[in-house]
Amino acid sequence: MQPVVRVHSTTVVIPSSNIDTDQIIPARFLTTTTKQGLGRQLFADWRYHPDGTPVAEFVLNRPESSGAQVLVAGRNFGCGSSREHAPWALLDFGFRAVISTEIADIFRGNSLKNGLLPIVVDDATSRWLLDHPGAEIDIDLNTCRLTLPTGVSVAFLLEAFARHCLLHGVDELGYLQSCLDDIQRYEAARSW
Amino acid sequence: MRTLFDKVWAAHEVVAETADTPAVLYVDLHLIHEVTSPQAFSTLKRLGLPVRRPDRTLATMDHSIPTSSEQVFGNVPIKVDAAALQVRQLEENAAQFGVELFGMRDARRGIVHVISPELGTTQPGMTIVCGDSHTSTHGAFGALAFGIGTTEVGHVFATQTLLQRKPKTFAVNVEGRLRPGVTAKDLILAVIGKIGVSGGTGHVFEYRGAAIRALSMDERMTVCNMSIEAGARAGMIAPDDTTFAYLKDKPRAPKGKDWDTALARWRTFVTDPGATFDASVDIDASSLEPMITYGTNPGMVLPIGAAIPDNAGDEVFDKALRYMGFHGGDAMLGKRVDVVFIGSCTNGRLDDLKAAAHILKGRKVAPGVRLLIVPGSQDIKRQAEAAGYADIFKAAGADWRESGCSMCLGMNGDTVDAGQYSISTSNRNFEGRQGVGARTLLVSPFTAAASAVRGRITDPREML
Ligand code: SF4
Repeated sequence: MQPVVRVHSTTVVIPSSNIDTDQIIPARFLTTTTKQGLGRQLFADWRYHPDGTPVAEFVLNRPESSGAQVLVAGRNFGCGSSREHAPWALLDFGFRAVISTEIADIFRGNSLKNGLLPIVVDDATSRWLLDHPGAEIDIDLNTCRLTLPTGVSVAFLLEAFARHCLLHGVDELGYLQSCLDDIQRYEAARSW
Repeated sequence: MRTLFDKVWAAHEVVAETADTPAVLYVDLHLIHEVTSPQAFSTLKRLGLPVRRPDRTLATMDHSIPTSSEQVFGNVPIKVDAAALQVRQLEENAAQFGVELFGMRDARRGIVHVISPELGTTQPGMTIVCGDSHTSTHGAFGALAFGIGTTEVGHVFATQTLLQRKPKTFAVNVEGRLRPGVTAKDLILAVIGKIGVSGGTGHVFEYRGAAIRALSMDERMTVCNMSIEAGARAGMIAPDDTTFAYLKDKPRAPKGKDWDTALARWRTFVTDPGATFDASVDIDASSLEPMITYGTNPGMVLPIGAAIPDNAGDEVFDKALRYMGFHGGDAMLGKRVDVVFIGSCTNGRLDDLKAAAHILKGRKVAPGVRLLIVPGSQDIKRQAEAAGYADIFKAAGADWRESGCSMCLGMNGDTVDAGQYSISTSNRNFEGRQGVGARTLLVSPFTAAASAVRGRITDPREML
């Protein structure tokens, strides 16, 4: 994994709350056996008409969204299934961070493992971001701070180990493999 | 004084968590299926690693496989090409890595969360993971069972462990007793309605109380299955004599002296009196009614006789109602039904099919309504056929299929058309879950069957 230190970008806002993984990437696209190319199907049912033509007014299809790396969403983003295809699709589309007041557990874990930053903010910050689509913001993993164009800067929490892995591009599998002696000892000591 | 969760967690800590590092948690049983495993196998191949404990790994096919007999057993090829590729890849991967696979034509195949309990591989006190959020189902046996992503599937393949922060505990206390016609599905929908779809985030539920103790294993699995719909990572129920009676003589449950040893150990997996939880909620089972969802998440749920609340002005609420084609103030009873789906890892077990058969016996599906009944496993299919339920279903005009996830997520071609109303015993009513534009209403098997007969949303208690 490439290290992630900072994301500096404009935002795209999808204000709905409880955006579930079936919206992020509908199940019929899960028949893939690779991680690549899912960006085309990101939010497919909101982004395209049944005949495949783009829904012009949907935010991801609008010119001002192009190049934006931060998605701001309503409460409880990423609920539903464990499909890692959801962060894969967001990353493939070009997003590097997702901001909400609440982010579902499995989606959060999956995002961190792929270098997509799940940033949980307070209500006031969320409100400001939801009200200012396209705002140019800065997310700094070194300081764990998010800075708005107004100059307001808020701290966010990121689990220490996940942050370490992101900052240094550490692969969690490598870390687990370094624990193999412990794992063997554990297995040997178990009586059941 | 420790909770059930604390005990299972502690027994699996290879390395305890610190401020800087999560715990290394040992995984007793790793279940895999065709949709979330290919990329994890690719990682192993890229790194030249084996599956470390194939003996703790079980594979099945459920999500994208067809449910028509001609495609499963006949010479008709799988309709969805990409699904056929996934099925082939899992066959190849399982063979290459020495993982036991219940392949497409295996008599033991079925939905991953249905077959492991049937086999007796799901046992109290275990840690069980799968690349699937409804892994919480196995918590019904007092196991700590949760869904993981594909990267983590790779971690478990390679090391049989996971990096995990210890979640918080949440007691869901359900006293009283469910009334006739009110099922475990209604109970869990009521819980989700009460605490909301993110109410359990960061927590593991323990379902407790007299109403839970009175449930069969099939019913307990229905309850634990939907823990994730309240945001919880897992849901657990302490094992008791109901659990042990279910497991006894299951093909892979311990036998003879091993059974006695296991039983003594399993009995310790209960929350000590006086142990405390980080959060709790109290529900009175006696006051519950059959429940039905009206929106686009499982928390938008009502007693079946109620009217949709009028929250006009709430953008999210309005959007959900627009999608569903409903209006604030509408009564749920009597609404139109196009498709009825009975199945899934929530309600595709024998108790569920028995409930559906009870309603459908001697009755017919209303004209214009499609009723699809998909057993959770091939074993359940055989049992339902032996018990005569399948004949009742066919006589009623239902479509009776081979096992699989089917219309629960519409990956295999079993889908609901845009704009149609699907009364479903599955677990998610998200937009498009059962097909592009499909409108899903989650209910119990009783309510699903009763609504299929009338062609309108019906309180099943009128037909018991
Ligand atoms: S039946 Fe539905 S919820 Fe259960 S494992 Fe299959 S797709 Fe997931």
